[in-house]
Amino acid sequence: MASQNEVDDMIKRIQAAKGVQGLIIIDSEGIPIRTSMDNETTLHYAALISQLTVHAKRVVRELDPSQELEQLRLRSYKHEIIVAPESKYIMIVVQVPEAL
Amino acid sequence: MDIQYVYTKKRNQLGRPTNFSDRPAEILAEIIPNLNLLQEFIYRDPVEIGVQNSIQLSEHEVNTIRYNTESKGINHTEGGWPKDVNIQEQDQINRFRKKIEKDEFYLNSLYRLIHDLEIDIKQNNAIDIHQIYFQNKIDDYDEPFNIKTINLYTYNSNINQMANHISWQPDGQRKIAVSYCNFDFNPIIMNTIDSLVWDIENPNKPELILKPNSSLSTVEFNQKDTYQILAGCLNGQVCIFDLRKGNTPVEQSLIEYSHRETVRNALWLQSKTGTEFFSAAADGKIYWWDTKKMNQPVDKLVLDLEKKERSQYASAITKLDYDSSIPTKFMVGTEAGRIVLCTRKAKIDTERINVIYPGHSGPIYSIQRHPFFHKTFLSIGDWTLRIWSEEIRDDYIFSTKPSKYYLTDAQWCPGRPGVFISSTTEGSIHVWDLLFKQDQPALTVKLSEEAIACLSFQEQGRYIACGTKNGNVTLMELSDSLCILDRNEKQLVATMFDRETRRTHLLETRSRFKHDKQIRTITLRSEEELNEEISQSTEQFWSIINKEKKKLQDYLKQFEQELNLKEN
Repeated sequence: MASQNEVDDMIKRIQAAKGVQGLIIIDSEGIPIRTSMDNETTLHYAALISQLTVHAKRVVRELDPSQELEQLRLRSYKHEIIVAPESKYIMIVVQVPEAL
Repeated sequence: MDIQYVYTKKRNQLGRPTNFSDRPAEILAEIIPNLNLLQEFIYRDPVEIGVQNSIQLSEHEVNTIRYNTESKGINHTEGGWPKDVNIQEQDQINRFRKKIEKDEFYLNSLYRLIHDLEIDIKQNNAIDIHQIYFQNKIDDYDEPFNIKTINLYTYNSNINQMANHISWQPDGQRKIAVSYCNFDFNPIIMNTIDSLVWDIENPNKPELILKPNSSLSTVEFNQKDTYQILAGCLNGQVCIFDLRKGNTPVEQSLIEYSHRETVRNALWLQSKTGTEFFSAAADGKIYWWDTKKMNQPVDKLVLDLEKKERSQYASAITKLDYDSSIPTKFMVGTEAGRIVLCTRKAKIDTERINVIYPGHSGPIYSIQRHPFFHKTFLSIGDWTLRIWSEEIRDDYIFSTKPSKYYLTDAQWCPGRPGVFISSTTEGSIHVWDLLFKQDQPALTVKLSEEAIACLSFQEQGRYIACGTKNGNVTLMELSDSLCILDRNEKQLVATMFDRETRRTHLLETRSRFKHDKQIRTITLRSEEELNEEISQSTEQFWSIINKEKKKLQDYLKQFEQELNLKEN
């Protein structure tokens, strides 16, 4: 359905969007596949967020077995982390909302 | 002797058959007993032999080889890579990444994810739902008043000795000095009780044990030199301790020139050198001292309230108050219940005593000026706590209802102007908030079964230290609502005090007016009229008495008659 070039374009579009500080794509093992931040920060995020996603998935599943985790948002004082999990890959975006 | 038997045979006769024959026994050798040797031996009597019936045991020591243990940690930075990828090799990593990126499954999932994510990102950019909406909102939730006990300080040799005065160390507030002393009525034999300096963090062991000659009845830290402690003793002396120099007094006043009774209170004065203080005792005298010259007081004042300069009529003093913001005046509370405002400036004693307030019907246990408004002060005496204004000399402006138990100590809260605390002999403390409720304490906390002898606020107003009669000192923390100042609270409390002062003033003028009028009407009546009145009232008195006497006599007669009838 999607070719590599298309996906590359989309990734570049997200990185260029307003307020986006970084983008990380990790697989189920926690290995960062695509990242726009430096190595150390990427590894840090990858390790922490992958664990958190596992827990969050379990929460949603246990409360209602028909549901699945769709998206996870973590708001802190400085920025917001949006985590979108799929079956094998997890996408993490760090954004500072620049509302008008 | 030699026992030998030589047996010889010729060689050519060896090997021949033997020819046995019998023959009788023959003595070969004989050793005759030598009885002289017996003299060298003696009989052993008694003979001792040890006999034991037990298991045979033996002990053996073995040392094993030392086993070395070490604690190590591992820092995990990166992992999860499959086995064939070497992390150090960058191109292997890149190759792995490229392989995944070509995977169709990856591309499809990513397509979906990015699509959703883009919506969210745009959403965030449109409205920031987490922005701060109310910039300067003050948290004015009504927190209920609360006091929490933090620590309890007990010293096992000071159990059952009353902790009667507590002083906080200024500038730092880490230490409290507590004086222990029993105010028994007639102490015939009394051992000297040590007083302690506690560090707040350590309730198990006092930081310093002060060893004076006689038990301390009051302690105060010096505001300027925070290591000096001023102490007044049971026998009338005053002494100075220094925390850095050990636990015996550094300076002491001579017994001949000290007070004749227990020093009830001693306070530091505001001076440039920071070495002046004054003390008051139950003998009615106030002495001013200088720490540089402790053998004699610098100045003295006999608290003779009749102003007749007779030292026998001095009223015993129980409490002193000195506010460093008004350096020339000070307040004295007496055992008879009067409160006196004095200055030091005047030459004669009578001029030093300025105003005498009526006070309470019992000894004054605490006086304190309001830290915010210098015209008002509180005093605690009998079963009530009264607030006075300096201008009104005859009456208090506010009084609490008489409580069931005698009140022992009170203090204004340095944090909030309308809050003060009082303690009772029942073992509870009452926190009053004048802006919240005026007829009842805002909060009552029961601390112990024994009476609470003293309490003291920390300078910031958040912590209170209370000492009980059995020697326990408790440290408590007030909740935010009790010690954080509101914006217009000072204003409100000031207006309240003003209103009460005005009311009392009006009442006072009215009563004085009435009193004057009465006096005037009395003096208008002449002497004759007075005499007539006197004779009239005496007549009335005697007539009533005679009537009653007659009644009694009649009754007695009747009784006698009845008795006679019965006998007949």
